[in-house]
Amino acid sequence: MATSKQMTFSRRSFLKSSALASGGMIIGFNLFNACKSDVKPSIDLSKLNYNDFNAFIKISPEGKVTIFAPNPEIGQGVKTSMPMLIAEELDVAWKDVYVVQGDLDTKNFTRQLAGGSQSIRLGWEPLRQTGATAKQMLVNAAAARWGVDASECNAKLGVITNANGETLGYGDVVSEAALLEVPENVTLKDSKDFTIIGQGKGNVDIDKIITGKPLFGLDYKEEGMLYATILRPPAFGQILDSFDAAAAKAIPGVIDVITIGEKAKAYIEDGPNSWTARFNDHEKVVVIANNTWNAIKGKKAIKATWKEESPLEDTALHDKKLNAILDGNTFSTMRSDGNVKKAFANADTVFERTYESPFLPHSCMEPMNFFASVTPDKVHLVGPTQTPAEAAKIVSKLLDRDIDDVHVEMTRMGGGFGRRLYNDFVCEAVEISNTIKKPVKMVSTREDDIATGIYRPAKKYRIAASLKEGEITGYHLKESNIDSNMYGLIPHFFPAGAIENYQVDTANYRSNISTGAWRAPYTNFLASAEQSFFDELAEEMGVDRIQLHMDLLDKAKNNPDPKIDYSPERLQGVLKLVVDKSNWGKAEEGVYQGLSVYYCHNTHVAEVADIVMENGLPLVKKVTCAVDCGVVVNPLGALNQIKGGIIDGIGHAMYSDFGFNNGIPQSNNFNTYQLIRMGQTPKVDVHFIESDMAPTGLGEPTLPPVGAAVANAIYKATGKRLRKQPYMSNMNVEETVLG
Amino acid sequence: MQNIDNMPTFNLKINNETHTVEADMDTPLLWVLRDQIDLVGTKYGCGIGQCGACTVHVDGTATRSCLLQVSQAEGMNITTIEGLSEHGDHPVQQAWKEVDVPQCGYCQAGQIMTASAFLDKNPNPTETQIRNAMHGNICRCAAYNNIEEAVKVAAEKLS
Ligand code: FES
Ligand code: FES
Repeated sequence: MATSKQMTFSRRSFLKSSALASGGMIIGFNLFNACKSDVKPSIDLSKLNYNDFNAFIKISPEGKVTIFAPNPEIGQGVKTSMPMLIAEELDVAWKDVYVVQGDLDTKNFTRQLAGGSQSIRLGWEPLRQTGATAKQMLVNAAAARWGVDASECNAKLGVITNANGETLGYGDVVSEAALLEVPENVTLKDSKDFTIIGQGKGNVDIDKIITGKPLFGLDYKEEGMLYATILRPPAFGQILDSFDAAAAKAIPGVIDVITIGEKAKAYIEDGPNSWTARFNDHEKVVVIANNTWNAIKGKKAIKATWKEESPLEDTALHDKKLNAILDGNTFSTMRSDGNVKKAFANADTVFERTYESPFLPHSCMEPMNFFASVTPDKVHLVGPTQTPAEAAKIVSKLLDRDIDDVHVEMTRMGGGFGRRLYNDFVCEAVEISNTIKKPVKMVSTREDDIATGIYRPAKKYRIAASLKEGEITGYHLKESNIDSNMYGLIPHFFPAGAIENYQVDTANYRSNISTGAWRAPYTNFLASAEQSFFDELAEEMGVDRIQLHMDLLDKAKNNPDPKIDYSPERLQGVLKLVVDKSNWGKAEEGVYQGLSVYYCHNTHVAEVADIVMENGLPLVKKVTCAVDCGVVVNPLGALNQIKGGIIDGIGHAMYSDFGFNNGIPQSNNFNTYQLIRMGQTPKVDVHFIESDMAPTGLGEPTLPPVGAAVANAIYKATGKRLRKQPYMSNMNVEETVLG
Repeated sequence: MQNIDNMPTFNLKINNETHTVEADMDTPLLWVLRDQIDLVGTKYGCGIGQCGACTVHVDGTATRSCLLQVSQAEGMNITTIEGLSEHGDHPVQQAWKEVDVPQCGYCQAGQIMTASAFLDKNPNPTETQIRNAMHGNICRCAAYNNIEEAVKVAAEKLS
């Protein structure tokens, strides 16, 4: 079972130390890899060698600790929780720890990607080892100075004490420690001795955020920097035919109007392709101006004509294609146990339902943007990306330049949700700067951001179960998707292993609309579909919903299957906890409850939604959530992510609708595209399973299940099964249309 | 390159300082603040008055700076997040820190400016009043529970 696996890695020389030129010690470490034998951290802080190490700890002669944190921050709090792991084992006061976002300038960086809720899970052991090793070096230095054995010394809160009660601060011995051998065998603390892990630590950028200091990509400025906006085709399937820039050029502050696109086109010929539709528009018109507003005005003044390059698609077409897939036989099978066909043939009843969800834009609060300065000696890039190393790689290919010329500096990100995995905005900024030979910031308007996005595609799930003598004998799930299919371990999630005859099939339709990952890819709707289905199935079988799940999980426990990717015990644990904490089955008059329990992104979650009807419409009042995420490293950060994931999930399941008409997105701003607002939000009540298992991520796993919890509650309130998201736009759908 | 010498000039009173800027009449205050005066705490989210990321105080009232043209802002007292307090310790800012509100943080300056103008007029709000007052500010990270909680904490500090 993947969740309980301990990280193993060769500790041998995964970190190196040097004495800093400015005094103090610098430790470079290479998470997940051994360091090259001949490298040492740079002794000059301004030239940290990120090519050899992916993060650094500096300990100053004053005993202050600075961690150059490697992971980009997209609201997941990893910039806080990852340093907590180091600080815990290093045994320093949290107030003496500073965190600096390192520039990413690297070819070797392995896990610089913020996504997949993986950062904290993969860093759990190595980050603690790093802290513990640094502490041991300091202790060894102090012991050497005292002429005693290191085992007689103790370190706490930045102070080393020997058997005689003499003390030395970390800062006092740091210069000597820097010259010592890196010890090989350090022991990690027992979880009951943690003083930082498990304590709520606030966001490290909090002071800057609440006082409006520059932090985000859109805030970045450089001397002589120009601003650029890009005019892209209004419809997917169209390309530029001609344009007239005279009116735009007449606007004061507009400096030039150029086109880009040729280089990107050359690049995508062998590039990844789920998002290439965006590059296929061949040529884009770019307005260069002295400030953002003039660049926006200039863009509006361009008169362009467009021609159709491929058919203009709309939502009705997608619907038809997805249905045809469900009815057809183009599927590939992702997992198959037993014989579903036979089970269905022998069944007393086959129960089948279909669930569907629309396209969704990411709507990051900070629209896409990037700064680029392409000069003969280097390519300087600054901005918000979830994949900085990938950005450097693409740009070096795009410009045909050595990767060492490309420097990526990361800013804080105003949201990612998967959108900033794709570096299309980096390529655009680079092409513009390369053309005009000036530093430039490419800025998207909200309309660009929503209407020329890389969307979560619309999809449908058809799920069928065969029942015989009151037992579930078979389970068959078909995924009908656009552009891509579920992958990896998803087919091995619950109920895999719990039902003897089990099959997951998938097929897709290729669209010319660009699609990509969106917070909790695939599971973000799959969980809603499956957990709504089980609610319906329990009703059909006339059994208790909780009991049905407990029994299925017992079956999975009793037939251990090494391939399944969840823990039946842990799922039962969260299920019991949520039942206990949510007042399940005992809700007060007028409150209707719905349940959902799910495992994804390495974390086990159960949720109960309490809804009331207000003016004939459902409103979610409260969500009770039970989470098993192993050790809770930073409860404050964890709560933020859990609550945010749940409310985000409710928003998109209930309110956010998105489709296409003749290739044109039906909305391009928040007046027509609805995001959840405060008046629609429930109170989220979170309960953790106490655990000393390795921590698992929380950026994603609480989002997927909540849609079903809401739909199941709405059914109790209205008698209406909602199988199509967003629920509020589809409240009146006749049940006969679906299922 | 166009001649930009003939741009009109505006005198703006921002955070108790006068700034003289040259800009086209129709330039939203938002972009003058961000690009010309280097006050980037005020954020761009939608440009059409829907998200509240760009909220500033104009003569004490929470105002969408993306909808306020620079030509209309002359003579008014404008406060941005940078000028809400001298040391970042306005009760609302303190509450935001105590509750550890932000996730990505992008919307938070706008949230704080909306909350502070609201509490100025109504220091003892009910929960419903808080939810109504904050309904215009979108938080894509959905840190709504924290925002609501922090407004309550700030109200306690103020009353
Ligand atoms: S940017 Fe002004 S309300 Fe959204
Ligand atoms: S904290 Fe990210 S948008 Fe509010």
